[in-house]
Amino acid sequence: MKFAVIVFPGSNCDRDMYHAIKGILGKEADLVWYQNSNLEDYDAILLPGGFSYGDYLRTGAVAATSEVMTQVKEHAEKGKPVLGVCNGFQVLTESGLLPGALMKNKQLSFLCRQENIVVENNKTMFTTGYEKGEIVEFPIAHGEGNYFCNEETLAELKANNQIVFTYQRNPNGSVADIAGITNKLGNVLGMMPHPERAVEALLGSDDGVRLFESLINNWRQAYVTNA
Amino acid sequence: MLQTREWSPEQIEEKKIYQEMGLSDEEYETVKKILKRHPNFTETGIFSVMWSEHCSYKTSKPLLKKFPTKAPNVLQGPGEGAGVIDIGDNQAVVFKVESHNHPSAVEPYQGAATGVGGILRDIFSMGARPIAVMNSLRFGNLTSERTKYLFREVVNGIAGYGNCVGVPTVGGEVQFDDSYEENPLVNAMGIGLINHNDIQKGLAKGIGNTILYAGPATGRDGIHGATFASDDLGEDTDKKRPSVQVGDPFMEKLIIEACLEVIHSDALVGMQDMGAAGLTSSASEMASKAGTGLEMDLDLVPQRELNMTAYEMMLSESQERMLLCVKQGREQEIIDVFEKYGLNAVPVGKVVEEKVFRIKHHGEVVADIPVDSLADDAPVYHMRSKEAEYFNAFQKMESKVPEVQHHGDMLKKLLQQPTIASKEWVYDQYDYMVQTNTVVTPGSDAAVLRIKGYDKALAVTTDCNSRYIYLDPETGGKIAVAEAARNIVCSGAKPLGLTDGLNFGNPQNPEIFWQMEKSVAGMSSACQVLETPVISGNVSLYNQSKGKSIFPTPIVGMVGLHESLEHITPSFFQRAGDVVYVIGETKAEFGGSELQNVTQGKYEGKAPVIDLDVEAKRQKELLTAIQSGLVQSAHDVAEGGLAVALAESVFSDKGLGTTVELAGDATVALFSESQSRFVVSVSKENAKKFEDMVQDAKAIGTVTDNGMLKVLVNSSEVINDSVQELEKVWKGAIPCLLKSKA
Repeated sequence: MKFAVIVFPGSNCDRDMYHAIKGILGKEADLVWYQNSNLEDYDAILLPGGFSYGDYLRTGAVAATSEVMTQVKEHAEKGKPVLGVCNGFQVLTESGLLPGALMKNKQLSFLCRQENIVVENNKTMFTTGYEKGEIVEFPIAHGEGNYFCNEETLAELKANNQIVFTYQRNPNGSVADIAGITNKLGNVLGMMPHPERAVEALLGSDDGVRLFESLINNWRQAYVTNA
Repeated sequence: MLQTREWSPEQIEEKKIYQEMGLSDEEYETVKKILKRHPNFTETGIFSVMWSEHCSYKTSKPLLKKFPTKAPNVLQGPGEGAGVIDIGDNQAVVFKVESHNHPSAVEPYQGAATGVGGILRDIFSMGARPIAVMNSLRFGNLTSERTKYLFREVVNGIAGYGNCVGVPTVGGEVQFDDSYEENPLVNAMGIGLINHNDIQKGLAKGIGNTILYAGPATGRDGIHGATFASDDLGEDTDKKRPSVQVGDPFMEKLIIEACLEVIHSDALVGMQDMGAAGLTSSASEMASKAGTGLEMDLDLVPQRELNMTAYEMMLSESQERMLLCVKQGREQEIIDVFEKYGLNAVPVGKVVEEKVFRIKHHGEVVADIPVDSLADDAPVYHMRSKEAEYFNAFQKMESKVPEVQHHGDMLKKLLQQPTIASKEWVYDQYDYMVQTNTVVTPGSDAAVLRIKGYDKALAVTTDCNSRYIYLDPETGGKIAVAEAARNIVCSGAKPLGLTDGLNFGNPQNPEIFWQMEKSVAGMSSACQVLETPVISGNVSLYNQSKGKSIFPTPIVGMVGLHESLEHITPSFFQRAGDVVYVIGETKAEFGGSELQNVTQGKYEGKAPVIDLDVEAKRQKELLTAIQSGLVQSAHDVAEGGLAVALAESVFSDKGLGTTVELAGDATVALFSESQSRFVVSVSKENAKKFEDMVQDAKAIGTVTDNGMLKVLVNSSEVINDSVQELEKVWKGAIPCLLKSKA
C-alpha cells in the first residue's frame, strides 16, 4: 500500500505524517509537492496539518483551490481513502469534500494539548481497529478547530454515522463535540486531532497507530478480495 | 522621527546629523579618517548601524572575551549566525539566543513574532533544520493593564509565528518584576540539528562569484532598527513604531525549506540571513569574514515600495530575507529551488578582490567603504565601572528570616505568584509537539527532544534569576549558569554548552557597567567549573526608561545531551512508596527570594551563597545516579524553596502525594532559596545504592498515594493540604490575574 503525503506551501506536519507511515508503520510513502504531481499510483492520500498558504484568506481556502485537489477529488470519487488532519481537515471542508466549516476556537486562541477522543464509529476503514465508545488520546494543536454545520447537516451526519470522533471535553466549541467526520461514503476522513503525533508511547500516546493500521488492513482485505 | 531627508556630506557634519543616527562625534571623526573624506548620507547610515551596540558589541566586547568559548566538542563558537556543538554520529546541535526587547516594548505582537523569525534564520542560515524554540520573557507585575496587554500580545506573537513555521516552542520561562514594567524582555532561543558536512558559513568567497538576494522584497520597515535597539526607551518611543518590523511566518517557512534544499547544492558558497542592519550587515560581514570585497547594485534589489533611496534599502530590516554567495555561472540552479517555493532569488552583486564595500544605485556609486572597517574598526569602549552603592549596603545587612504565620497558607500564596505559578496559559498556545520529537513538554525543568533514529535526545532550558543578580551580580551570574545546568541534569542529560542573552540597562552608567562586568565574571567562572562553554549569544543594552533600569538579566540558554533515551527523567514523582530525598543543605537565605518579595515587597540583602565545586560535584553525582537507572524523578529547588519544589513534584495526573519530615526553623526549611539543592525520588530497592552514590542526599520522606502534601517540621505538622487544591490555585493564578480588572 502506497501513501501520498501532499505538501502545500506552508504545510508543516507533512514530515510527521511521513515519519508515522514510513518510520513507524513501515509502509511506502512519498512527500508529494502540490505542483506537477500525479496521484494515480497512490492508494491513499494524506493531507497533513500546518498553515497552507499561511492560512491567509481562510484556513485551507487557498489550498482547496489548487490543481492537486482536483486529483484528490477524483481519487475520493473512486472510493479510495483520503485522510485530512488539522489543516488537512480544513482543506477538505473548504474544497467541499466534507460538509461544514472550521471556525476560530471559542476562546479565540491557539490550543495545543493531549485530548481524550471518543471513537463514535468503528465501522469506517480508518477505525475498525478501535472499539466503539473507546477513549483514545490524540494531541490537538489548532487555532481554528471549532467545527460548525447547520442543523440539517448535523442531522444527516448523525443519521449516516459520519461522526467518527468526538471530544470527551470539548476544547474549542465544536458543534456536537465533533472532532472528526467522514463523507457519506466513509472513505474521506477529516479530523482536527493529530493521529500522526500519537504513534509512539515515548511521545505520550500510540493510540494513533491503530488508525493507520485499520486503513492498511482494510485496504489489504479489499485488495485481496478484489484480486 | 528619524530624519530621512538626505543631507549633503558637509551638512551631515555641520548639523551633526550623524548624532541622530547614533554616531558620536569621535566615531564620526574616525569614519572621516577611514574614508579620507566626508561620508555621504548613505555611508553615514551604514557606519551608524554597523557600529551600533547591537551589531558591533562595542561596549560589551571586552567583557564577552572573558567567556570560555572552547571545548573539544565545539565546532563553531561565537562569530557566526549561531554556535555549533558536536553530539556524535556526525550530528551537531546549533543554538543561539537573541533579544527583541525594544521592538516588543513598542509593538509586542510583531516585536515578539519577528524575534522568533530572526532567531530561526540564524539557525537555518547555518544549514541546520530548526527543531525547537524557547522563550525567556520578563514583564512588570501582572497587575497593570499595560503589562497584561504586553504579556498577552507577546505570547500571541510567539504563537502566531512559531506555530505557523512549524517549529515547536518547547518551553522557556516567564518572570514578573517591577523593574521590567517599562522594559519587557523578549529573548528567543533557537535550536537546530545538522549533519557536520552540511554546516554553512556566511562567507562571500571566490572572486567573481555571485551574490544572490533571496526572499521577499525590501520595504521601508525596520529602518534603523539596530540603532533603535541601542538606545534608551524614551517618552517618544511610540514614534519609533516604524522601526519595528512586520513578520510573515508563511514566508519564513518557505525560506526555511528552500534554504535547507540549496545547502545540498555545491553551487552554494555561503549564506547569511539579513537580520539587524539588513542588507548592510549581511553583505559586509560575508565579505569581511571571507577576506574579500563586494559590489552590489541596488537597482537589482527587489523593492516593494516606490522610490526607495539607497539609504533606506541598506538600512531596511524587512523580514525573511537571505543573502547567498553562489558560484559564478551556476546561479540558475539555486534560483530554481527558490522559484519552486514561489520565492524571489536575484543576483544583486558579486565578490571582488579589492576589500571594498561598494554600493551602486541608479548607475552611481552611493557607498564606497573599506569593507573591514565596518566590522574591525568599530570602536571598542572600556566603560567606567563602579561598584553599585546599593550593593555595599546589601552586603552589610544581617540576614533575617521573614515572619510567616501559617506555612500552608504561605505555600498557597507562593504558588500563586505569577513567577512561580503554572505557565500552562502560555504554553497551551504554542504548538510544542510539531515535528514529533518532544518527549518532555513545557512545564518541566528542561524540555527534551529525541533525535529520530538514534538512542539519544537533547535537553534544553533557559534560566536567569535576575533578583539574585541585582543583589550580587557575580554570585547571581554563577547561579544563573548553575541553575540552567541543574535543570539539564535533572532531566537526565549532560550539559554541553550555553548561549547567553545579556540584557542590561545603560552601560554608560558605571554602576550598570559594573553589573555587567560582575555578572559576566560570575557566569564565566561557573562555565569553567561546570564545563559548559559559551558558543553564541546576544547583547541587549539600554533597557531602561525614565532613568529606571531593568534588573541585570543575563539569560542562560543551555543544551544538554541524553546519551540514551533511557536516561530521560521526569521532574515529578512517579510512584507511591518511593523515597523522597533532598540533596544539599538548607540555610537561612532569603535575599532575592520569592518569600522576601511576598512579605516585604522588595528585594534586599545578600543573594544565596553558591560554591561551584559543590554544585559541580552534586550535579555529577546526580547525573551518574540517573544514568545508572536509580532515579525516578529529579527536580531542582528554585524560587519559593523546598516547599514549592515538593508541591511541583506532586503536581501530575497520578493522584500522588507526599509526606516529608524536616528539621530546624520551619520557614527556613520550607522557603529558603539556598542553592545547589534537588528533590529526588528513588524506589525503595535502589535507596541504598543511591545514597552511596550521592553523598549529600538525605531521605526526608516518601511518595504517598493519598493526594496530600504533608510536611512535618520537628515532628509537628506545618502543612497538610490537598494536592488537587494546591494544583488548582497554582494553575489558576495567571488566567485569574489576566481576567481581573486593575
